[in-house]
Amino acid sequence: MKKLFTSREALLCMLILAMLLSVGSVAKDFLSLSNLLSAYNDTSILIILALGQMLVIITRCIDLSVAANLALTGMIVAMINSSFPDFPVSLLVLFGMLLGLSMGMINGLLVWKLQIPAIVVTLGTMSIYRGIIFLLSEGAWVNAHEMSQTFMHIPRSLHLGVALLSWLSIIVVVIFYYFCRSSRTGREIYAAGNSPTAAFYTGIDVGRSQFIAFSISGLLAGLCGYLWVSRYAVAYVDVAAGFELQVISACVIGGISIMGGRGTVVGCVLGALFIGVINNALPVIGVSPFWQMAISGSVIVLAVIASSKAEKKSGRIILKSAAIVPSR
Amino acid sequence: MTFKKVLATTAVALAMMSSTVSADEIKIGLVVKALGIGFFEAANEGAQEAAKELGNVKVIYTGPTSTTAEGQIEVISALIAQKVDAIAVSANDTDALVPILKKAQQRGIKVISWDSGVSAAGRKMHLNPSSNQLIGEMNIKLAADALKAASIASGDVAILSATPTSTNQNIWIDEMKKVLPNYSNLNLVATVYGDDLADKSYRETLALLKTYPNLKAIIAPTTVGILAAAQAVKDQGQIGKVFVTGLGLPSELAGHVDSGAVHSFAIWNPIDLGYAATMISYNLVKGNSSDSEIGMGRLGAATLDDNGEAAMSEPFIYNASNVHKFADIF
Repeated sequence: MKKLFTSREALLCMLILAMLLSVGSVAKDFLSLSNLLSAYNDTSILIILALGQMLVIITRCIDLSVAANLALTGMIVAMINSSFPDFPVSLLVLFGMLLGLSMGMINGLLVWKLQIPAIVVTLGTMSIYRGIIFLLSEGAWVNAHEMSQTFMHIPRSLHLGVALLSWLSIIVVVIFYYFCRSSRTGREIYAAGNSPTAAFYTGIDVGRSQFIAFSISGLLAGLCGYLWVSRYAVAYVDVAAGFELQVISACVIGGISIMGGRGTVVGCVLGALFIGVINNALPVIGVSPFWQMAISGSVIVLAVIASSKAEKKSGRIILKSAAIVPSR
Repeated sequence: MTFKKVLATTAVALAMMSSTVSADEIKIGLVVKALGIGFFEAANEGAQEAAKELGNVKVIYTGPTSTTAEGQIEVISALIAQKVDAIAVSANDTDALVPILKKAQQRGIKVISWDSGVSAAGRKMHLNPSSNQLIGEMNIKLAADALKAASIASGDVAILSATPTSTNQNIWIDEMKKVLPNYSNLNLVATVYGDDLADKSYRETLALLKTYPNLKAIIAPTTVGILAAAQAVKDQGQIGKVFVTGLGLPSELAGHVDSGAVHSFAIWNPIDLGYAATMISYNLVKGNSSDSEIGMGRLGAATLDDNGEAAMSEPFIYNASNVHKFADIF
C-alpha cells in the first residue's frame, strides 16, 4: 500500500485527477464524458510520439527531429492526396509510416555507425527535414478543400463512440506495454540504456538498440504526420513547430530518466495526459497565455527534480572504475 | 545569375519591342518581387485595367525571376534605359534599391513603392494595401455581416490571435476594440492566443465553443488561426451557429467558405493594388497631385502621411461569390 502511494505513476495519476477535479469545479462541463473524450483525442498524437521518444531516451539518446519528421511526412502525404485523390488512403498511411521509418533509420544509423551524439544528429536532421518541406512545397499550403473526404474522415470516424484517432493511440499503448515488458528487443533497449557496459558484456549491441529505438520513433512520427495533417486539415512548413519539446516534456514528466535506462509505458502515457490536461484545461478556465507557459515550465522542472531525487537513492557502487564503455 | 540577368533584360527588351511607341505615350514600369507569382500577376491585371481606362498609358510589367534585390536592380536599370516615365516597385529589400531608384529620380522618373516599400529616400510615396485602423474596422464589420447573413440579432464574439506578443496583431485588436462600441449587437467576450500553431489555435477554439454557449463569431486576423478555427467549428458541428472570420488567403479558405464555417473574410485585393499603383504613377507624371493627396481612379484618393505613405483602402471582402476566382490567384 505504501509503495502504491510513493510510486511515481500513482503520484502523477493523483495529480492529474486533482487537476481534473479542480478545473471541473470551475468549469462544470469540463468533466462531462464527451469533453474528456475530446481532451483524450486531442492528446492522442502526443501519446503516440511520447512513446516513441521514450524508447530513444531510454537508450540514452534524444530525438529532436520527431516534429520535423511528422511535418515532412504530413506534407508529402497531403501533397500526394491532393494530386491523386483516388490513391487509397490506407496505402497512403502505410507509405507515410515507411517514410517516417526511413527518416528515423537515418537518425539511428548516424548514431549507431558514425557514433555522433544523438542531440547533434537530430538537431541537424530536424533542420534538414523542415528544409525539405519548403523545397517540396515551395512554401505553399495544402488546404482542407484540396484533401479528399476519406483522407480527412478516417481519424474522425467514431467506433463505439470513440474517435479512431483515440483508438489508434490506445492500440499503440497496448503494443508498447507488451513490447517493453516482454519482448527481447524491448528488454535489450532498457539494458542498453541502463548500463551500456553491462549490456555489452551480455552480448547486447548497444548501437543496434539505439538504431531500433530511433526507427520506431520515426515510424510513429510518420503515422502521426498523417494523423496531424488530417486532424487539423492543413499542411504547411511550420506544422507542429516546437512540438518535439512537448513530446520530450511528456517523457520527462512521466518519469523517463534522461540518463537512460528507466521509465515505464504507464508513466509516459500519464506524462502525456498531464500535458494534455493542462493544454485543454487552461484555455477553459481562462488562464492568461503568459501564465500558461510559466505553469507548463514549472511542472517540467518539478518533475525533473522529483526524478533526480529518485535516481540518487538507487544503486550501490560495487566496482568504482567499471570497464570502459565499449561503444559510446 | 548571368542567365537570370539575360532573362530579365530580354523580358524588358521584348516588352519594348512589342510596343509601337507613340511620342506622348506614358510608360509606367510595374516592378514586382518576382515573375510568375499569382498575387503579382493579379496586380498586373489591375494595372492593365488602369492603363486601358486612362488610355495612352503603357504598363511594362516586369521583375526578376527570383525574389532578389539584385535582380530588381537589373530590371530597374533596364527601365531607366528605356526612359520610362514612372516606376512602381514592390521591393525585395527596403534599402538595397535606394541608390538605383535615386538615379531614376535624377533622370526625372517618378518612383513609388507599393505592397512592400523602400526607404523614403528612394521613392516619392509608398502605397500600403491597407492601414491598421481599416483592418481593425473590417474585422468587426465582417463579424457583424456574418451574424446579419444568418439573421442572428446579437451575440458573443471572440478574437483568436497569434502570439500575445505579436505587434501587428495587437495593434489590430486595439483598433477592433475602438470600433466595437459602434456595434451594440456584438459582445466581445474573450481574446485568446493560438500562437500561430494549428494545434493550439484548434484547442483554443474548442475552449471558446465550450465556455461561451452564446458565441456567434470568432475573429482570427491570422492565416493559421482562421483555418484552425474554421476546422474546429466544422468538427464540432457548429456550422451555421458559429461563424469564423478574419484575415486569410482565398486559396487557403475556399473550402471553409464552401462548408459554411466561414461566411466571409478579408485580405488585400491584388488587382486593386496594381490598379491603384498605376493610377498614382500616372497622376504623379501628369502632376495631378498635391503633397498630401493623390488620386487612385475608381478607388478615390490616397492621403499621404508625414512619411510619404498612404493606405489604399479597407481590406477586400471575399465570400462565396468570389473566393474561387481569387483562390486560383493567391
